[in-house]
Order: sequence, then structure tokens, then C-alpha cells
Amino acid sequence: MRSLSLSGHVGFDSLPDQLVSKSVSQGFSFNILCVGETGIGKSTLMNTLFNTTFENEEASHFHNGVHLRPRTYSLQESNVDLQLTIVDTVGFGDQVNKEESYKPIVDYIDAQFENFLEEELKIKRSLYNYHDSRIHICLYFIAPSGHSLKSLDLVTMKKLDSKVNIIPIIAKADTVSKSELQKFKIKIMSELVSNGVQIYQFPTDDEAVAEINSSMNAHLPFAVIGSSEEVKIGNKMVRARQYPWGVVQVENESHCDFVKLREMLIRVNMLDLREQTHARHYELYRRCKLEEMGFKDTDADSEPFSLQETYVAKRREFIGELQMKEEQMRQMFVNKVKETEAELKEKERELHERFEMLKRTHQEEKRSLEEMRRDFEEEMNTFNRRKVAAETLQSLQGSTGLKKDKEKKT
Amino acid sequence: MADSVISEIPPTMCLEKPSIDFSYVGIDAILEQMRRKAMKQGFELNIMVVGQSGLGKSTLMNTLFKSKVSRKSFMGTAEEKIPKTIEIKSVSHDIEEKGVRMKLTVIDTPGFGDQINNENCWQPIMKFINDQYEQYLQEEINIDRKKRIPDSRVHCCIYFIPPTGHCLRPLDVEFMRRLSKVVNIVPVIAKADTLTLEERDFFKKKIREELRANGIDVYPQKEFDEDAEDRMINEKIREMIPFAVVGSDQEYQVNGRRLLGRKTKWGTIEVENIAHCEFAYLRDLLIRTHMQNIKDITSSIHYEMYRVCRLNENNTQANGLADHHPASHEI
Repeated sequence: MRSLSLSGHVGFDSLPDQLVSKSVSQGFSFNILCVGETGIGKSTLMNTLFNTTFENEEASHFHNGVHLRPRTYSLQESNVDLQLTIVDTVGFGDQVNKEESYKPIVDYIDAQFENFLEEELKIKRSLYNYHDSRIHICLYFIAPSGHSLKSLDLVTMKKLDSKVNIIPIIAKADTVSKSELQKFKIKIMSELVSNGVQIYQFPTDDEAVAEINSSMNAHLPFAVIGSSEEVKIGNKMVRARQYPWGVVQVENESHCDFVKLREMLIRVNMLDLREQTHARHYELYRRCKLEEMGFKDTDADSEPFSLQETYVAKRREFIGELQMKEEQMRQMFVNKVKETEAELKEKERELHERFEMLKRTHQEEKRSLEEMRRDFEEEMNTFNRRKVAAETLQSLQGSTGLKKDKEKKT
Repeated sequence: MADSVISEIPPTMCLEKPSIDFSYVGIDAILEQMRRKAMKQGFELNIMVVGQSGLGKSTLMNTLFKSKVSRKSFMGTAEEKIPKTIEIKSVSHDIEEKGVRMKLTVIDTPGFGDQINNENCWQPIMKFINDQYEQYLQEEINIDRKKRIPDSRVHCCIYFIPPTGHCLRPLDVEFMRRLSKVVNIVPVIAKADTLTLEERDFFKKKIREELRANGIDVYPQKEFDEDAEDRMINEKIREMIPFAVVGSDQEYQVNGRRLLGRKTKWGTIEVENIAHCEFAYLRDLLIRTHMQNIKDITSSIHYEMYRVCRLNENNTQANGLADHHPASHEI
């Protein structure tokens, strides 16, 4: 590679401008995930960071699981269009059993990677118009207990550190005194280190920002407060929280680290956060996913395009499996139908039998009834005859009957 | 765009700026971050020059980049045999201007159009271009892939039309028709100092008509105009192509200034004077205003098209159907 020197002005120094102007017309997207207990101040901090009020009702404490609520907003500052997505973890830390709390968060992050991967693998793809929903930064809100991290915090951060850039922040930092704060920060950082949690390091390879980034690294976790109210200090209105004992100013660096957070998150490292998400976390996800699906990289002398071949082979396998399953289901269905048919036939036969039996019984009864009737009629006839006979006898005897009786008596 | 449209924000503004400014969040600082990263990473540009020998390709490249970037200057052989077949030779240089570093690769095609029988002379060139796409594609589908895939794809192909003054030759039409589908083509009229202004205008009009009649879409392509503003700018350019250029790497004294030019007995042709030739327009288009756009069209359109064809090809192959080679990537 030879280096040449130019003998005049060529003009390609305008390239960065051309690049920037194209990005401006494309717009940017930035996605923040806020993880923290309900009521810890996530929404207020977002409002304060972006100097606007994102519409929000207070969340309930009675959700029976953690679910993620992404909301996208369009912001504009000078000529930059930003599609900001804030993902809130609703219900985090509220359950009695928090063992599965981290799962919905990990699933959401993976789902965004999956969507991107799917788009990237499509044949006809439109990566340039794709709305990137991958999480660029996870702000983990630590409750200001003043002591140490909760085990929920450690477990959650450990599960997330290989999937997303994490910046831990101490929320509601105005409840921690200055001396306690220092100890608290040290405790937190040492716990993170001893548990092997990888948080996001502000990059120090670019000399323009190396100094500020490395000094900020030493201030982690940032102790922040947020406020949606303004208070008059001197002759200015500032964002602050007013207490009877004083006013805590959000943008006062001696009161809290809010300015540092804003500096790092937005003004200095936004681009790096996006790049780390794409070049590190997404690549890791992609590598794992593809290896899981059975792809391997080709070596120098084997056939090219094994990805495609493997994919096609897998697809055939999968379709084969599908067909087999379909066959099975069909068989099952046919069998079931046969069974039910047989049952129905059985029932029908039974009913028929019963009917026959009933009919016979009925016939029998009818016959016996007939017999009884005949008998009865006969009896009646006999009785009638006897009656007639008796009557005639009586009438005969009526005249002679008395004589007989008299005769009998005498 | 010689002047920067976006105002420069010094990188250390964060600490020195007055602390309270409510309405300012700092979202636009991402532009500065982007600029810094671009400066640090540097840029890559790959230009291919195609045309018969003797049309001044090397000289034009040297003039465009104000240094000896062409292969001939580097290789040092002033006299070269015309090769029996078309060869593809690329040479890379690192150049830097005001802190912006660029890796410039100039791809030469000696032998093009020089044979007696020039049938299929576009084939090796098509193959080269497609090979670069293939290489990029292979890198992209790796499981373990590089952070930054080296971009060797041809961003722009400058096609040199000999200044006959009449119309395009069949070779020109054939070549441009096939290649305009896979790469950005910028046609130029070489050695334009042999044409008078009227001859030049007539020639250009004729060429534009022929391009239109043959359905050849040269850069900037109409269908890729993004919005009305783009279209307006690009229409003006489309009315001027092909640029009639003159190249030179010699400086002469003209009116007290040292200028690049060609000195003849009847006057000195100033290369960068738009009254003399259209070199300045070509330079502005290629370098100062549309360079990023040229690269974008290559990566988001030409490369994607190649990828679609390639992936579909494999699909049909795998399914046992006959191979289907779409016309645009015919070799």
C-alpha cells in the first residue's frame, strides 16, 4: 500500500460531510431499555433526559409477571431526526417470586436480534429502510438502599451483559448522602466485578474523547435524579426537586451525576452504543443462532455457499418432518373417526335392541291383557248367565219360593 | 459541495459549554461523532477506467486525484505493448486530504477495444465486477465475520468515448448496455480538445439520444433519485453527460497563475477552466458531491441485485430445477 501526496486540492475532504448529510436524510433510531422496579423513576428520568414529557400513566404494582412495553417517539433537534424507542419493564420486582423476572427481558432483546437477522437473511431485503429495533442501551436502575446490590439485580444484569450494553445507575440518588454514596458506588462496582458482570465501558480508543470517557468510567454507577418540575434558582428556572430543607438541582454536577449520564449517553457515545450493539452483541447472537441451526463456515478449499446448501438441506429436512407430522395427524384423525363411528354404531345397535325388546314386551303385555280380557269376558258371560239363570229361578221360585220356604220352616 | 453545509462542532464542547441550556438535549452531537469515526476509519473508493488505449485514461486519473495514481505512472514503463487479451490490473494508493484518509483503487483494463475482433470484450470486465460482489457476499454470509468487510466492489466505471464527433460505436453501445446493469457507468468524451464547442454539443446530444434509444441508464440513474431535490440536481447533471474532458498532469503559467493544462501552438487549454472543458464538472460529480451516493448505489442496489440473483440461483439448483442465469449477470 503506497502513500501518495497530493499536489493540489482534490476535494474528497468533503466525504465526511457527504456521509453525514446522507445519514441526516435517513434519520437515526435509538432504543433504550429501562430496567428497574416500579416507581423507581424510570419514566421521570426519560422525561428529564430528553427534555420532554412522554405520555405516561403511573404503572400498577399488581402485575403478575414482567412484561415489556416499547414506545416509539419522533424527536427532532436542529436537523437531526431521531426515532427514539423507550422500552419499559412493567412489573419488574413486584412479584413475590422473582425467579423468572429476567426472562421476558432476555426474550425481548433476542426477539429484536431475531427480527434483524431474519431481514438480513432474506433474499430480497431492504436493510437501508429497516427500522432498527435492537436495544442499544440498557439503563439498569439500582434502588438507593445505600448498602449493596440486590440479588435480583445481580442475576438480571448477569443474564443481560452478553446481550446488551448495560449502564448501571443509582436511582433517586437524593436519598443517599454524599459519604454513603461513595461507599455505595464502590460496593456496587466491586460486586459487579466479583460476579463477572460486564457493563458498558465508555470507549477510550479515540483521542478526542478518550480523556472524558475514561474519567467517566470511574464515576460509574451514575447517581441520578430526575424531575419533571422546575424551580426558580437565582434568576433562572432549573429542573429540580424542592424539599423543605433545600432544592436538589438535576443539572448541578455537585448534586448528582445526571449531566454525566446525559453527556455519556447522548452527546458523546450514542454512535458507539449503536455500533457495539451491532458489531458485538448482534454478531454474537447471529453466530450462536446460525451455529445452533447447524451452519458451519467453509474452509478455504471446500465448496462455496455452504450456508445456502445447508439451509436448503435443512429446509428439506424440516419440510419432510412437517409432512411426516401431517401424515401422523391425518392417521390419528382417521382412526379417531373410525372409533367414533364404531361407537355410534354400537350405540345404535343397542338402541335398536332395546326398542325390539320393548316392542316384544309390549306385545306380550298386550297378549296377556287380551287373554285377561277374554277371561274376564268369559267370566262376565258366565256370571251373566248365572245371573239370568238365578233370576229366572228366583222368579220361578218367587211363586213357589215362599212355599218352599214355608215348607222348610215347618 | 465545497463548503461544509453542517457547522463544525468542536469535540470538546461538552465540558466547555455553559452548563445550563434547557432546550438542548444533544441529539445532534451524533453527527459529530459520526464525522470523527469516518475520519478515523478512512474511506475506500474503487474506480475502474475502460477505454481503448491512447484515450488518456491514466492521465485523467492522475489529474482527478492530483497525484500519480494510475498504474502506468506507478509501474514506470512509458511504453507498453498492447496486450493480446483484456487484462484487469488494479493499483491501490493511500491518499489523505485535510485529515480525511482514502484508500483509492484504480482498476485499469488494458486491451479493451484494441483487438481486431472485439467480440465479448466486456466479459472479463463483467466477470471481474461480479467476482468482487461474490467476494463481498462470501464475507457477509460467514458465521464468524469481520467487523469491517473490505470493500473491493467497483463503485464507478468511467467509460472513455473516443472523440469521433459522430455517434457511439457499436462497441460502446454493447459495453454500456451490458455493464450499466451491474455497475455505475460514467461516460466521458476523451481528449475533448479535438472538438469545437459546436461539434461537442452535437456529439453529446447524439450520444444522449443513443443512450436513451438503447435503454442504457448511466449514472446518475433516473430511477434512483430519492426526492424532488435530488431529481433537480441530477437532471442538471443528466443534461450534461457525457462530460467532455481533457486531462493533464503538467502545470503551465497562465495569466500569472500556475494551472494544469495542455500547451499547444495555438493556446493553452486549461483543464480546470469550465469554458475550456468539463473536467471540473466531472471532478465535482465524482468526488466533491456524489462520491458517497455512488458508493451507496453500488452497495444498496447493484450489490443487492447480484445477491438476489445468486441466492435464487442456488435455490433453484438445490431444488433440482434447471439453472437459471438472469440476463444481467450473464458472462
